[in-house]
Amino acid sequence: MSDDLRERIIICRCNDVTLKDIEDIIDSGITDIEEIKRLTRIGMGPCQGRTCLPLVAGIIARKTGKKIEEIELPATRVPIRPVPMGVLAGDIDEE
Amino acid sequence: MRSKAKIVIIGGGIIGLSVAYNLAKMGEEDIVVLEKSYLGSGSTFRCGSGIRQQFGDDANIQMMKRSVEIWKNMENELGYNVEFEQGGYLFLLYDEEELKTFERNVKLQNKYGVPSRIITPEEAKEIVPLLNTDGVIAAAFNHTDGKANPFKAVFAYANAAKKLGVDIYEYTEAKDIKVEDGKIKKVITDKGEIETGRVINAANAWAPLINKMAGVPVDIPIHPYKHQGIKTEPFKIGEINPMIVSFKHDGVYMTQEANQGGIIGGYALKYGPTYDITPTYEFLRGVSYRFSQIISALKYLNVIRIWAGYYAETPDDNAVIGRINEVDEFYIAAGFSGHGFMLAPAVSEAMAELIVDGKTSKPLWFYDPYRFERGELREQAVQMG
Repeated sequence: MSDDLRERIIICRCNDVTLKDIEDIIDSGITDIEEIKRLTRIGMGPCQGRTCLPLVAGIIARKTGKKIEEIELPATRVPIRPVPMGVLAGDIDEE
Repeated sequence: MRSKAKIVIIGGGIIGLSVAYNLAKMGEEDIVVLEKSYLGSGSTFRCGSGIRQQFGDDANIQMMKRSVEIWKNMENELGYNVEFEQGGYLFLLYDEEELKTFERNVKLQNKYGVPSRIITPEEAKEIVPLLNTDGVIAAAFNHTDGKANPFKAVFAYANAAKKLGVDIYEYTEAKDIKVEDGKIKKVITDKGEIETGRVINAANAWAPLINKMAGVPVDIPIHPYKHQGIKTEPFKIGEINPMIVSFKHDGVYMTQEANQGGIIGGYALKYGPTYDITPTYEFLRGVSYRFSQIISALKYLNVIRIWAGYYAETPDDNAVIGRINEVDEFYIAAGFSGHGFMLAPAVSEAMAELIVDGKTSKPLWFYDPYRFERGELREQAVQMG
């Protein structure tokens, strides 16, 4: 696949990470999904990795020859969907 | 994996990696770093990103002053942008007693050339226009404090260390240390054994386990406490440049990330000692409440996630750094009590000097591993979150 095409394939929509970004970092020797997450910020946007993390696991599997089951996806953080701070803080005022 | 090394560093967080880098830079060869999980996984990747010189004692101020010099030049030195930004640290003060303490601290900081100062609530509002200054009588501000990206900083040190020949083994756990007649013989890992005569315990929250493996006969109380952090969706970058701190709101700290634009921070709710790092709903609600007290517009901002990590705490919230006399060539740099990330550049430089030259001009005496046994606790370090 050409670089131009790989640059246009978005893997993480929240943080604009492309297929080329992910493949380049794997080629540089970093193959751990936890480290790729923290360097590219995949899985750290508002969707919390629901779209991108399985895709990234697939890319790692393809490039490293690991089985996809061997790649443990990073933890899903609370809250599962974005919640306004005011909603969370709200009723503390009345306590 | 290699079967021999001159130096084995246990812990692949920013301390272990920066010590490895500085040792290699001073010409040491044959260095191995062991990390039981992935790099930064213990405390560094879970930290709040803050870097400040506004401490209340001579040693921490001097160490942090040196650290900031290194942070400023880190991209040049390590060849990697760690997103260091000097947005300052702004402590909100609500009563005369707090003000008195901070006036004293500012005086001490100024003595070492840290340009901190006491400012008015109006000046604080100029720095952060969104700030709610109700009840604020003054603030302490130092514009040369700041923040950096913990993820990038770890890789900056790791890559620089590798280039100088350091071997870093991830997912490799130290299981035992063989010591004979007070001399280290080897480190046993779950991937094999490494013959070595020198070990550096940089395992922070797990440091007591490593001490035990080596039979360190000194009482070094380091306990892991669960603290938490929060991250919001991004908004216009530059609205909240400094790290804002309020002890009146239970040690709240918050800042806007320089590059991502989300708010990150936390407050001093802690659980433990425990190795559990499940985030809690109590924190999520408590931090949202306190943040919106300080900047009410934050109520409308979405929380994206919370996470937990350790403060490897000592009784005086100061780290444990130095040589253990009873086990020849065993060193420790751990128990950073929430300040490891910011201190790492200066601590690692001093550690490398101590190991290579046998002495350092930096005030490592303050972090003496033997102080607990002697009952000589330091003044409590200024700590939030």
